[in-house]
Amino acid sequence: MNGILNSVSINNYVLLAAILFTIGVMGVLFRRNAIIIFMCIELMLNAVNLLLVAFSALHNDPGGQIFVFFIMAVAAAEVAVGLAILVMVYRNFTSVDINVLNKLKW
Amino acid sequence: MINLAWLIPLLPLAGFVINGLGNKQLPKSVTGFVAAGSVLASFIISLLIFFEVNSGNGQAVTVTCFEWFSAGTLHVDFSFLIDRLSVVFLLVITGVGFLIHLYSIGYMHADEDYARYFAYLNLFVFFMLLLVLGSNYLVMFAGWEGVGLCSYLLIGFWFKNTAYNNAAKKAFVMNRIGDLGFLLGLFLLYITFGSLEYETVFKSASTWPTGEITITVIALLLFIGATGKSAQIPLYTWLPDAMAGPTPVSALIHAATMVTAGIYMIIRSHVFYALSPSASEVVAIVGTLTAIFAATIGLAQTDIKKVLAYSTVSQLGYMFVALGVGAYTTGLFHVVTHAFFKALLFLCAGSVIHAMSGEQDIRKMGGLKKFLPVTHLTFLIGTLAIIGLFPFAAFFSKDEILAKVYEHSMTMFAVLSVTSILTAVYMFRLYWLTFSGSFRGTHHQQEHLHESPPSMTVPLICLAILSVAGGFIGMPSVFHAPHFLNEFMAPVYHYLAASETEPSHSFEWMLMSVSTVAIVIVIIATWSYYVKRNAVPGEEITFNPLTKTLFNKYWVDELYENLITKPLQWISKNIIRNIEIHVIDRIVNLGGEAVESGSSALRLIQTGNIGFYVFMMVAGILVMLVFKLII
Repeated sequence: MNGILNSVSINNYVLLAAILFTIGVMGVLFRRNAIIIFMCIELMLNAVNLLLVAFSALHNDPGGQIFVFFIMAVAAAEVAVGLAILVMVYRNFTSVDINVLNKLKW
Repeated sequence: MINLAWLIPLLPLAGFVINGLGNKQLPKSVTGFVAAGSVLASFIISLLIFFEVNSGNGQAVTVTCFEWFSAGTLHVDFSFLIDRLSVVFLLVITGVGFLIHLYSIGYMHADEDYARYFAYLNLFVFFMLLLVLGSNYLVMFAGWEGVGLCSYLLIGFWFKNTAYNNAAKKAFVMNRIGDLGFLLGLFLLYITFGSLEYETVFKSASTWPTGEITITVIALLLFIGATGKSAQIPLYTWLPDAMAGPTPVSALIHAATMVTAGIYMIIRSHVFYALSPSASEVVAIVGTLTAIFAATIGLAQTDIKKVLAYSTVSQLGYMFVALGVGAYTTGLFHVVTHAFFKALLFLCAGSVIHAMSGEQDIRKMGGLKKFLPVTHLTFLIGTLAIIGLFPFAAFFSKDEILAKVYEHSMTMFAVLSVTSILTAVYMFRLYWLTFSGSFRGTHHQQEHLHESPPSMTVPLICLAILSVAGGFIGMPSVFHAPHFLNEFMAPVYHYLAASETEPSHSFEWMLMSVSTVAIVIVIIATWSYYVKRNAVPGEEITFNPLTKTLFNKYWVDELYENLITKPLQWISKNIIRNIEIHVIDRIVNLGGEAVESGSSALRLIQTGNIGFYVFMMVAGILVMLVFKLII
């Protein structure tokens, strides 16, 4: 049976998750500020979370929701480490523009 | 005792290792003792094995040392075959070798590379023993190559002289050319018979009919190897040049042992030659031509060692003629007697050179009789032995060859008889010019003339005794004495049909008396020419055209140089070197340059721009997704 999804079909959830993910990708590619990029990465992760939960409700499989817990834990750890790196970068360059980090080249 | 046969080559090898590693560190007395002692020990073991083989029934015994290798269907053991043939050669190699080692202790005592010399000499004895002991063609070939190597090392012993190095190179290269024929023969042998062991091959070959083309080709190819190793036409020119080495080396390698390797090989492979009359005919013809060719050259040489070198080539020709007419034991007989008197002659020459402070030109010697009594007497004995005066050694062996050849072909008999006379002429020419008449050297040399020390004269005396008595092992039937060597060697030929007719007794008596009379005439004639009329050869410009041709060895060396050496060097310098520089080097560089240009293009991807990296990541993931959907 369909579970909770009676009124809204699964397509809408998929569409929403896709749009959120695409916006996140665009943000990572086109924004220069490192903090904004982190936020966009979080946006991508959350889009995936949404999708997982939707499908878990569709198939009545708790596995999807449990995996979402894992993703959230990993996202939190990643943010901690990422922001620590960002702080070190700011201390050395007084800027969080990613174009400043271009010395490791041929 | 036969099972200890592996000790025989091992002891000289140990001597090689000890002396080779201890060069310039061991005292000279230790070096000489180790070297000569190891060969003496091998001789004693060989003697014990000889008694054992003599009292046996003639069966061959195989002593396997270890399994050498096994590849596909070819299985080769490193094993020795002890039979009557190998035992005779063992005695000659270790016995004469020991006497020469003893002689070298005195001859080389002033040389600083004393230990290296004895190391090489021991190594040579080791390889030669491997050659005659091997029970299959591959062990023989290992020894065959090894003696060529040691010959190179010993000829070029005084390596600081470029001319000696060239002589050593020439010897080695000519040996290798012969070895190519030998190797081809081995390949054909293996393809035909499937094995390289003597017993297997000969057993199988003896069932073949006579005159088969395969057997003929094998026999001829093996004979090419023998022409290289035993200095026959056309690969003989290295032997006179090899006189650049120390004289004991010439005695051991180029008189008694290495050059007899070809003879041993043919006697061992007699089944092939007996089954192939055409190959045997080729062997006999080449032997005859070589014998007379070298004898004529020896008539005009003025270096004491070169005369003996050409004499060796000529006598080897005799041995090959004997093998070619099927008289294998006679060839062996002449090998043994020749080892005795030729080694004796070379060692005497060394004694003379030693006394003359290094002079080798007989035009500058003369009258040495009173200064070098022992050397003079032993040299005279050696000379009488080689020309075949009764009852010295070669009287029996050479006359036996002549008798067997007479049954085969009158032409060869005539040529060989003329060669015998020429042998007597050039040997006595050498004897009279060196020892008789008045001394023609410098005052400085005359002051230093002295008889050699006992370490050199004792081997001379031993070899002289052997040259006198050595003929008695093969007395012809006219004397109603047993022919020990024939009886001893009979079991070796168990694959051949029972052979030969005896030459008639009247012919034998006639041959012996004619040869003795001819020798006496030659002695008197040469005495009257060289001593009474004092006809010492002058400088080359005074020679008449015939003598000049003989003195220049028929210009064969120059022929080889212009026909073969120079074109090859031209080709390698102008053609091959150009190909090497412009083609091969370019191909190799192409590889490196390709990598270099590829990498310098690829490195531009690393721009350092993070946005670019992220973009490429996303693009890559998209491409992967697309592929996953399509495929």
